[in-house]
Amino acid sequence: MKFTRLLTGAVLALGLASTAIAEEKTKVGFVFVGPIGDGGWTYEHNQARLAIEKEFGDKVETVYVESVAEGPDSERVMTQMALKGADLIFTTSFGYMDPTINVAKKFPDVKFEHATGYKTAPNVSTYSARFYEGRAVQGHIAGKMTKSNIVGYIGSVPIPEVIRGINSAYIHAKKVNPDVEFKIVWVFEWFNPAKEADAAKVLIEQGADVILQHTDSTAPLAAAEEAGNVIGFGQASDMAAYKDGPRVSSIIDNWGPYYIARTRAVMDGTWESVPTWDGIGPGMVGIGEITDRVPADVKAEAIALKEAIASGEYHPFTGPLNKQDGSAWLEDGEIADDGTLLGMNFYVEGIEGTIPQ
Amino acid sequence: MDLSSINPILLLASLMVAATPILLAALGELVVERAGVLNLGVEGMMITGAICGFAIAVETGSPVVGFIGAALGGALLSLLFAGLTQFALANQVASGLALTLFGLGLSALLGQSYVGVKPPPTAKLDIPLLGDIPVLGPIVFAHDWMVYFGLALTLVVWALLKFTRAGLILRAVGENHDAAHALGYKVVRVRVLAILFGGACAGMGGAYLSLVRVPQWTEGMTAGAGWIALALVVFASWKAGRVLLGAYLFGGVTVLQLNLQAAGVDIPVEYLSMSPYLITILVLVILSADRSRAPGSLGRVFHASS
Amino acid sequence: MLRLEQRPQPSRMWVYLTPLVAVVITMIAGGALFAALGKSPVEAIATIFWEPLFGEFAFYYRPQLLVKAAPLILIAIGLSLGFRAGIWNIGAEGQYILGAICGAGVALAAYPSENVLIFPAMIVAGAFGGWAWGMIPALLRVKFGTNEILVSLMLVYVAEQLLAAMSLGLMRNPEGHGFPGSRNLQQYEAAHNAELITGSGLHWGVAAALIAVIFAYILLNRHILGYHIRLTGQAPRAARFAGVRPNRLILFCLGTSGALAGLAGMFEVAGPSGQISIDFNVGYGFTAIIVAFLGRLHPVGIMLAGLLMALTYIGGEIAQSNLQLPAAAIQLFQGMLLFFLLAVDVLVQFRLRWIRTEAA
Repeated sequence: MKFTRLLTGAVLALGLASTAIAEEKTKVGFVFVGPIGDGGWTYEHNQARLAIEKEFGDKVETVYVESVAEGPDSERVMTQMALKGADLIFTTSFGYMDPTINVAKKFPDVKFEHATGYKTAPNVSTYSARFYEGRAVQGHIAGKMTKSNIVGYIGSVPIPEVIRGINSAYIHAKKVNPDVEFKIVWVFEWFNPAKEADAAKVLIEQGADVILQHTDSTAPLAAAEEAGNVIGFGQASDMAAYKDGPRVSSIIDNWGPYYIARTRAVMDGTWESVPTWDGIGPGMVGIGEITDRVPADVKAEAIALKEAIASGEYHPFTGPLNKQDGSAWLEDGEIADDGTLLGMNFYVEGIEGTIPQ
Repeated sequence: MDLSSINPILLLASLMVAATPILLAALGELVVERAGVLNLGVEGMMITGAICGFAIAVETGSPVVGFIGAALGGALLSLLFAGLTQFALANQVASGLALTLFGLGLSALLGQSYVGVKPPPTAKLDIPLLGDIPVLGPIVFAHDWMVYFGLALTLVVWALLKFTRAGLILRAVGENHDAAHALGYKVVRVRVLAILFGGACAGMGGAYLSLVRVPQWTEGMTAGAGWIALALVVFASWKAGRVLLGAYLFGGVTVLQLNLQAAGVDIPVEYLSMSPYLITILVLVILSADRSRAPGSLGRVFHASS
Repeated sequence: MLRLEQRPQPSRMWVYLTPLVAVVITMIAGGALFAALGKSPVEAIATIFWEPLFGEFAFYYRPQLLVKAAPLILIAIGLSLGFRAGIWNIGAEGQYILGAICGAGVALAAYPSENVLIFPAMIVAGAFGGWAWGMIPALLRVKFGTNEILVSLMLVYVAEQLLAAMSLGLMRNPEGHGFPGSRNLQQYEAAHNAELITGSGLHWGVAAALIAVIFAYILLNRHILGYHIRLTGQAPRAARFAGVRPNRLILFCLGTSGALAGLAGMFEVAGPSGQISIDFNVGYGFTAIIVAFLGRLHPVGIMLAGLLMALTYIGGEIAQSNLQLPAAAIQLFQGMLLFFLLAVDVLVQFRLRWIRTEAA
């Protein structure tokens, strides 16, 4: 157990040193899975890091390492940040889950925030966003706007998060347009702009005039613009460059408020380990401006839906809902529990195709 | 399952677009390898071309200037490789891989302020009338001009290698550099020029991604296209015509598997996603009966002792 | 004008001096790069090269160097055999993945048994998985003359799809709430490739890498097979006259490098990484190609090159975090280091001479 002793020794020494030198500066570390210039997932997390700096100014110091591979590399980077005296570390990818727990065990005084996972510890919180709430709004617009009644959906990797999004969008499209049909293409990658472009083109060629995407590049929007009469949505960031074209709205990852709140909690000494799963209401999921390409009445409905979800008055997964095989899932008025939603691995009734696994 | 929703005409048209970046890069690498040099840095040169082309197109507002800039950028980067392998006589495999690493880093640094920017559109070669011909129109006459440039380049490379004196010298250098040297050909000069050409082509291939096919700039956006281009050269047994065939085959299977997915075909998606690679291997095995081999001096270091 | 003149004998002195010269030049050029990015060049260079070895937290980084270098060395040793004989296995990344899948597969099938034979069985399975994946290009080459560069490279992508399918389907953790990824083998005693001495970083993969270095050294210097490999690389025609059977050599080299890459994958999945997940592979199979050549295809050289690469990775991360250097700058720096190492190497075989330009 020499290693642990050494580590604790170092931590103690550092703890003492840091209290002496910089009592007031809180150090916040970020481990990013992609480059901060990816224009999507990591870009938005980095924006939130900058929001912390802006909020707290001199009282905070942030550090980050980008493009950290999941697995041992991430564990090393987290350890390194903890050794260097970080008070709070955000680990922003699902694959960092076990490394985060491992490192947290060695540094009980450092607080960890792990995105999109399910394992917690006294000094590890989890947080994630209810993107499916935004998908409901998109689905509503898609169902209203499609003329061919074919909506194309570009899936990244078939995990619960993505499947939840498909279901939510489908339910709300179907509600306003019983004839709607979803065509789903899996690119099996989180990031491959060329493949996303191909996928979008294929969907458009097969008749889709609305494209929903769960991948982060603007390639599908560009394909939609080229096709002319096709609309799409921004994903992860607003993708405002396509506002005068196919982009009619967007889902924006807005981590800033949460990051600021958690940093403040560490400063105040009120930080506790809690699993957070926030949606439109607390502002973790932002709905980008709905453009004029959407008729005013549809826009009003979409905004009403957004408000209802935000206030908690309406839940996107409210029964009656059946699973794809026709078996009952939710009874009339029943609301899905978070456990089922978190591990969702089935399509709802009406979606065609099978989930790859 | 609804196979009727797949439109073969549109499929053909979009595979031509999907194949263009790897076609351009592979043609360049073909010339490099025919000169006896193995440059594994295609990915690095492509991504450098992607950002150079993107940045210049955005700044000047002209995609054409962008593509020229991409070619220059790719060539400039390949100059590093040329210096290493032709003058410092470094190992080509390792130098190429180092070039990829270097190019990925360089492009990311250069592109920091271009994230989220939209490039100027590349003009379609919309020939009136011709583009409206049923079937043939959308396949043959309704693309952006780079698609035609790729096709023309295939023809030029093929003719150059086969019929011209320059092509003959290039091949001689690639087959046996000692003999070529003895005959008085400037081995190093020929190879440096070939490497520069390869860099320029890879750069344009990359720019096609960032300016036309995607179009946006993000770090690492080539996502392995350079490696596919390298594989294509081998696939083509170092023949220009077969590079085209290979690029269309690969692009075609990629687009087709997405089409099959969208049509709801009952094949597990994982296997569909593997199909472009498996089919490439399969076709190469079938073609292996034709025993064309690599240029004799491929990858070997040349030093004129006299 | 400056020109290169072949030395009658490779210079012994420069064999050892060139890496040092290259590192010094890289420090200067890299320092300029960091200065251009507005960071203190001295501090940045010191962070990359000094911190992991002798800095405040070296007690943590030194073991990590072994953890990071071990798979690189293990894979590169296997590749170097083939490279010496002119057999191009570019697909070690795929063999690495298959080794991990097969090794983890054994463990997950046996779960939750605590039988002591599980770990040895995983080692065998890991090596087998890599070997089998390497045999595909080998057999295609031998039977049909198909180029092994293309086949091995394409099989990397196939292996990646297979890995995704495994982490989403067959090997998914039944207690993982539907998320992709297998059980964590770190929490499964019988299958865990734990540190042999706590805090040393020394796990079975590191031991295997060391053993591989020694075996490769003996093979190449003392064994007839090693002689055949070297001969085939230098003079293929002569090798044939000397009784080398090229097909057997292809099968041996691709099989061995596949098995070693598979082992590396298995040790990684059972130890530092812990689980099969979609992004399990991080490019060791490609980096190992650089390591092999940087080490001049010599076992001891490969070991040193692997450690150097690991150092730049770990030091690079520290520099990113401490100095807020972008990851891209570190990548660029690594590229430079490789360029200079490769470029300066010329001085082993050649010397620079000033020659007065004559009218020629």
